[in-house]
Amino acid sequence: MSDIIAARDEGEVADAVRTALSAGKTLEIRGHGSKRAVGRPSQTDLTLDLSALTGVTLYEPEELVLSARAATPRADIENMLAASGQMLAFEPMDPAPLLGSSAESGKTSGTLGGLFAVNLSGPRRISHGAVRDHALGIKAVSGRGEPFKSGGRVVKNVTGYDLPRLMAGAFGTLCVATEITLKVLPRPPMEETLVARVASPEAAAAALSAAMGSSCEVSGAAFLPEGVAGRLPGLGGSPAVVALRLEGVAPSVTARRTMLRAVLAPFGAADVLETDASRALWLAVRDVAPFCGLGERAVWRLSTAPMAGPALATRLAADLGGEAYCDWAGGLIWLCLPGESAHGDEVRAGLAPHGGHATLIRATAAERARTAVFQPLDGALAALTKRVKESFDPGLVLNPGRIHAGM
Amino acid sequence: MTGTAPGLRMPDADARVLARRSDIIADLKAIVPGEGVIAHEREMRPYESDALTAYRQLPLVVVLPSTTAQVAAVLKYCHDNEIRVVPRGAGTSLSGGALPLEDAVLLGLGKFNRIIEIDTPNRCAVVQPGVTNLGISKAVDHLGFYYAPDPSSQIACTIGGNVAENSGGVHCLKYGLTTNNVLGAELVLITGEIVRLGGKHLDAGGLDLLSVVIGSEGLLGVVTEVTVRLLKKPDTARAVLVGFPTSEDAGECVAKIIAAGIIPAGIEMMDKDAIAAAEAFVNVGYPLDVEALLIVELDGPEAECAHLLEEVTRIAQGCNSTTLRVSTSEAERLGFWAGRKAAFPAVGRLSPDYLCMDGTIPRRQLPFVLARMRELGAKYGLRCANVFHAGDGNLHPLILYDANAPGELHAAESFGADILRLCVEVGGVLTGEHGVGVEKRDLMDTMFNEVDLAQQQRMKCAFDDKSLLNPGKVFPTLHRCAEFGRMHVSGGALPFPDLPRF
Repeated sequence: MSDIIAARDEGEVADAVRTALSAGKTLEIRGHGSKRAVGRPSQTDLTLDLSALTGVTLYEPEELVLSARAATPRADIENMLAASGQMLAFEPMDPAPLLGSSAESGKTSGTLGGLFAVNLSGPRRISHGAVRDHALGIKAVSGRGEPFKSGGRVVKNVTGYDLPRLMAGAFGTLCVATEITLKVLPRPPMEETLVARVASPEAAAAALSAAMGSSCEVSGAAFLPEGVAGRLPGLGGSPAVVALRLEGVAPSVTARRTMLRAVLAPFGAADVLETDASRALWLAVRDVAPFCGLGERAVWRLSTAPMAGPALATRLAADLGGEAYCDWAGGLIWLCLPGESAHGDEVRAGLAPHGGHATLIRATAAERARTAVFQPLDGALAALTKRVKESFDPGLVLNPGRIHAGM
Repeated sequence: MTGTAPGLRMPDADARVLARRSDIIADLKAIVPGEGVIAHEREMRPYESDALTAYRQLPLVVVLPSTTAQVAAVLKYCHDNEIRVVPRGAGTSLSGGALPLEDAVLLGLGKFNRIIEIDTPNRCAVVQPGVTNLGISKAVDHLGFYYAPDPSSQIACTIGGNVAENSGGVHCLKYGLTTNNVLGAELVLITGEIVRLGGKHLDAGGLDLLSVVIGSEGLLGVVTEVTVRLLKKPDTARAVLVGFPTSEDAGECVAKIIAAGIIPAGIEMMDKDAIAAAEAFVNVGYPLDVEALLIVELDGPEAECAHLLEEVTRIAQGCNSTTLRVSTSEAERLGFWAGRKAAFPAVGRLSPDYLCMDGTIPRRQLPFVLARMRELGAKYGLRCANVFHAGDGNLHPLILYDANAPGELHAAESFGADILRLCVEVGGVLTGEHGVGVEKRDLMDTMFNEVDLAQQQRMKCAFDDKSLLNPGKVFPTLHRCAEFGRMHVSGGALPFPDLPRF
């Protein structure tokens, strides 16, 4: 366990980074630690504990904007939004159940900074965008120990480079975020999910594409093969299905249900899950419930062209003896392997013809040290990525090696 | 002609480059043969400015490559020989983003005008950067799809320019800006290296460099291919036109619509001067006895539009609306928009010249900002009409002036700068969708301090180590990248001196 520096405000964060930089030490940036097991295993000298940087600093529901300090618990933010009928529309995944990290310090849901740093968006990614699409502004401390800001609190803003979006998904390797401003949206008053059987992965891709290519405004679209479907709420004992979510005001959902049934008719009849059952299903899809509680069996997350997803998921699962399902209309594959071995070469070779990226989300530390956790980059892009890292953090102080070795 | 406009300082021309002009032209002709290199003054004239016509400058030479390999070779040549490069799409920038430099190659992407692939099963299209914004939507219209961002210049502006500026439009409240609708790009670096960012999949597998390339105003690289997200066209779209006795009432109405959980496809506001100008120009039946006019558009399934129109009507009536018309036909809806979309040329008829500003403010600050703008107008002795993307707080004050009247251009620019400072003061930003370019460059320090700007410029250096791409834009001062390399750690005064591992 490395020594811990606890910072209470931006000034102390800057002090800590400058101190580490001048002493040639590296820092692990940590909020609740609920996502520590994602990424390449950390070998830092010190831990910078941000957990005291809490509090919502601005929330104006009519302006659809919220700012909070980096370690504000995600649950606090979601509760505050819910009280005003709003939400984080990107439906951020809570990886703690999958990683088995929920017991740590009793802090189960992680922080705003954590969900921002990993950019793991949920089912609504396909209709409402990712974490990065809702990032409006950031206050942060660079690897030089200098506090800086970028972006603002308004949605339309092209003043300078869009650094807040770059920081989303950077895993704390570029700067230490101290305050984040997000766009928030109204929470739909109701939802339903249509569930239709599909005969094959190809039929699933076609059904998902037909639904997404209709004007039904689908906000969740998953392919759930037999076996996986059976372990999801509301689908007990089900064969392979596609699930499609409709959200909105009641007259709209009712009208779109009729439209969507017609779109799905060529594939078969569809059952309806009402609001509560629908919510339970998509929460389970979001947090990868079928693969939780399976020890450290390797779990991959692949993003690819949506039409390629169902067949690729099925083939990888069959070839490697694991299980898989698709979210994001087929474009997001969750793949659980039968053991701790990650089989990185096979997974990436399978993905390559279709394009996209594969990230090893759950694996033992040894396996994450052996396998490239994030998609390897080719020459020019690898060099550019490293230069960008160094432009923020020239001393490689912040979470070094978390994404790629040597940066 | 040399020089731009009085008052705008651009980076000093590199005399060594100017002296080698004929050699450079010959070298570039070897890379881009045929008519791809334009060096004659008369033929370069159309490239001397973009849509910010107050500033003009002939470039060193115009190069119009037609392949990615040519772009890469031109950029590598310029990098090797330390020659500046200004990329250009259709030249519709309102902020001078494509303003040439005397010693820079103007790299026009107009020949990259092909749609490479339409992939509706994956709901995307792969296009070259010179394809127009509207050209994408037209190419997929028969399939029932469209590309959502719709800047007013969409008939002429290109997707490459949209990527450079992160362009918006009247529907971005619901559908987002360019950055939310672009999935991937091929980018040529100043070294000639080619990188691919994103693709048909979502999100990045590592650092999301596409995020900073979009909106980078041609300072980070040259985009040679773009993958855009396509959306299914909504079944119906209906609009409601509402007049209010005060802008406060109109602002209140917008806030209440959003507080009711409704995100319309677009909400536009016009003030009395803009309403009068638009109505005189297109004669679509705008009420002339109101202080503020809202156009609220709802789209989606018929049942949803009907339901939400009732809600919006009820809210508007509770906010003292004096007139209210719901579109009953597509022709009527388009009529509502015709006035708004013609607002710039309509205001242009009132005055020999006008400046279009582009700040964004937190919406609730609108009444305060409008009142202050009236005071500023009185101070400068200039009129100002306002159109406003009310849903997302993006203001377009149109300052009327006469360039032939002594001192009026200067007064208009000062008035504009004061408006933008006011936007920042109330928590907003200098530019919502037109870009910083040269126009707002010298105001950047009202929003950012030295450290903020230095961090942005350091990141630019990661892409462009010799500061050759579009210099003189966005940042008020031009630094060599080496100047940013210095560390400022004050030894001897380290915090946490007691930590045992030190």
